[in-house]
Amino acid sequence: MNNSIYKSRKRKNFIGLFLSNAAMVIGISALVWILIILFSKGFSALLNLNIFINSTPAAGSAGGGLANAIVGSLMIVSLTTIVSTPIGILAGIYLSEYGNKNFIASLTRFVSDIMLSAPSIVIGLFVYAIYVARVKHFSGYAGSLALSLLAIPVILRTTENILRLVPTQLREAAFALGAPKWKVSLKIVLRSAKAGVMTGVLLAIARISGETAPLLFTALNNQFFSSDMNKPIANLPVVIYQFALSPYKNWIDLAWGGALLITLTVLILNIIARVFLKEKTA
Amino acid sequence: MPKTAKTKVVKIQRLQDFLFHKFTLFFAVLVLIFLAGIILSLIISAWPTFKEFGFKFFISTDWDVVNSKFGMVISIYGTLISALIALIIAVPISFGIALFLTEISPNWLKRPLGTAIELLAAVPSIIYGMFGLFIFAPIFGDYIQPFLQSVFGKIPIIGALFVGAPNGIGMLCAGIILAFMIIPFIASVMRDVFEIVPPVLKESAYGIGCTKWEVVSKIVFPYARNGVVGGVMLGLGRALGETMAVTFVIGNANRINASLFAPGSSIASTLANQFGEAEPGLHYSSLFALGLALFIITFVVLALAKFMLFSMEKKEGIRT
Amino acid sequence: MTKNAIEVKKLNFYYGKFKALKDVNLNIEEKKITAFIGPSGCGKSTLLRTFNRMYDLYPDQRAEGEINFYGENILNPKLDLNLLRSKVGMIFQKPTPFPMSIYNNIAFGVRLYENLNKKFMDERIEWALKKAALWNEVKDILNQSGLSLSGGQQQRLCIARGIAVKPTVLLLDEPTSALDPVSTNKVEELINELKKDYTIAIVTHNMQQAARISDFTAFMYLGDLMEFNKTKQMFLKPDRKETEDYITGRFG
Repeated sequence: MNNSIYKSRKRKNFIGLFLSNAAMVIGISALVWILIILFSKGFSALLNLNIFINSTPAAGSAGGGLANAIVGSLMIVSLTTIVSTPIGILAGIYLSEYGNKNFIASLTRFVSDIMLSAPSIVIGLFVYAIYVARVKHFSGYAGSLALSLLAIPVILRTTENILRLVPTQLREAAFALGAPKWKVSLKIVLRSAKAGVMTGVLLAIARISGETAPLLFTALNNQFFSSDMNKPIANLPVVIYQFALSPYKNWIDLAWGGALLITLTVLILNIIARVFLKEKTA
Repeated sequence: MPKTAKTKVVKIQRLQDFLFHKFTLFFAVLVLIFLAGIILSLIISAWPTFKEFGFKFFISTDWDVVNSKFGMVISIYGTLISALIALIIAVPISFGIALFLTEISPNWLKRPLGTAIELLAAVPSIIYGMFGLFIFAPIFGDYIQPFLQSVFGKIPIIGALFVGAPNGIGMLCAGIILAFMIIPFIASVMRDVFEIVPPVLKESAYGIGCTKWEVVSKIVFPYARNGVVGGVMLGLGRALGETMAVTFVIGNANRINASLFAPGSSIASTLANQFGEAEPGLHYSSLFALGLALFIITFVVLALAKFMLFSMEKKEGIRT
Repeated sequence: MTKNAIEVKKLNFYYGKFKALKDVNLNIEEKKITAFIGPSGCGKSTLLRTFNRMYDLYPDQRAEGEINFYGENILNPKLDLNLLRSKVGMIFQKPTPFPMSIYNNIAFGVRLYENLNKKFMDERIEWALKKAALWNEVKDILNQSGLSLSGGQQQRLCIARGIAVKPTVLLLDEPTSALDPVSTNKVEELINELKKDYTIAIVTHNMQQAARISDFTAFMYLGDLMEFNKTKQMFLKPDRKETEDYITGRFG
């Protein structure tokens, strides 16, 4: 056995693995660092429960809270969910049940994947151009529209992928009874993939809950408490953006609090989605 | 069951199936309509700029709101450089993480760590922006930037990259924060890609006495190469379009500077900063032109990424 | 006077360019059990699936020739497939309970073409489950999911589901190959009982099963119908050498 060759191979192995482990440690610790900062700064802001009661303070004035932003975000996200879920699921059904070797289906998949990762600020521009500029005012509706355009591709793809996993034999068994295709698709296929589809929806909602850029030119922001979706409405991401870049300390503290709120929401939704899926398919 | 009653049911069923097909088809086509709509409306809104400046828009380094002179170069430069820096940092680190997860990690750690990475990929980008501005930039400016200047400042050419007052924020800082943001994402994709490699391949390599590193570098990586490239390009696509992580720390200066310490702008940060106050006119349409450019660039990058990932799945016989 | 439920004339079947069935001609007598045997890939499942046009779901599969179901050619492109399938039922190799309660599993098929009120539906379901020899085991748990049953019970549920819609013909595609011997026994007894009311065509890779329960047997090999005869006759004194070789296990 040639000892020097083996020794050099062992050396290379050690160096390679060491570098990989180092990279991993660097990467993970950096990310953990960020989370720790977020939690410590945000938590201290959230400890003051007034944050849930008061609305955003005016420039320079003390105290205040995030109540209007929280409510606004809830309203925008709820509307987005209601709009994008049926569209995404139905389109996903089309792709899965009718979309084999079909040009429109392939094109839709391709476009959907692209839009999944498209710059969200450009989506905001688009909604501004076709809607906000036309009606000449910002609104929560516009914000929901922008977020829906981001959520639909996610739901579409996850729905299609989940539905495709349903065994063909199950479909054939339903057809063998003389069932029409729509019943097979909805009552048999969609039903057996229920858990997976719900997970996809949850993940899409988690994804858009944290988006700021699409709301900048659509929902804008509102200093006061408002539940009118047809006007600019306060929302957490834009509030955080404006407050963080300001010189006021209480604004910056509120920004951290809001940042933690958003992150917790996103993480919890993600965790629920995972647990839910595991439970239902166990 | 009387024949006529059944045939009536059957007729209704045919109609229902027809409607269902068209109904679901409509929603699928809606996605295509959205895309066409986006491109169309961006072009229309950006048209005044193209009419005014023509081709010069693509090569001009002007961005003068007062005198209505606009060009794409400053913002594109910022977008590309910050994304490039992010990739240079993120790819090796993500690779290391993916490698650890698939080959080195003990089994009990694989699931929790993998889940942790996926959850990190879900953290909203504005968090990274805030972290960058309030925590990282000061440390960067106080310690790391002076250090880099002392090490590289004297070297010709490379030294020019590190010129300037160590303010913390700037192009390099933006690139680093961007890297933080895309690391979990790229690591997840790479991990998925590595896991597709058939265990038999690895086992036969171990079987002839290969070291772990050799198995990874000579078996796993070449096999997964297309997928890795695809994953990197997906990360690039994300980095190019990212707004919040960059806007907080890039400095938002409307000029190009060779130094990485200098402030700059990316397309997304320009849009975020200026769109709110843009008056209708050339400023407004130029911003749309920037948006269009960004959309097209990310579209191309993502299409290439899809192609790479697809060709790897094809190798495995998996149909998308 | 014996009547044929299904008459197959000059049937050729293609998967894309591959010819899977070559010029098949046979008659399936009503209210009898006809078994299809042969080595893997001989086309027996393919043939079975033409009887309810199940292959129609897949664009690159097509059939040429004539298949008469009580005189009506079911290969006619204008034929309503859902209607046909409500008359020709199919049970698959792997049990396929729907993701619903046991009650709804059976009610699903019935509701497709009949409008029964609760009382009649309950009766129909009880009847179907009794016929499938499953009633006693599930009568108290009708609201539980069909997926909660054991493999053998699930298959009997599928059979109950299949007969609840009162088809004329039942197609069974290797219905017991995924079941343990005890369940297999129960299902075979069940099939024998069902013969009284339904025409049954069963594909099986288990020759002994064919010999046990069928009245007629068709032996297929590489897409050709090699031999078709009364079961007793075929197993006692097969006409063709290939049949004899297969039956005696010289190839499998």
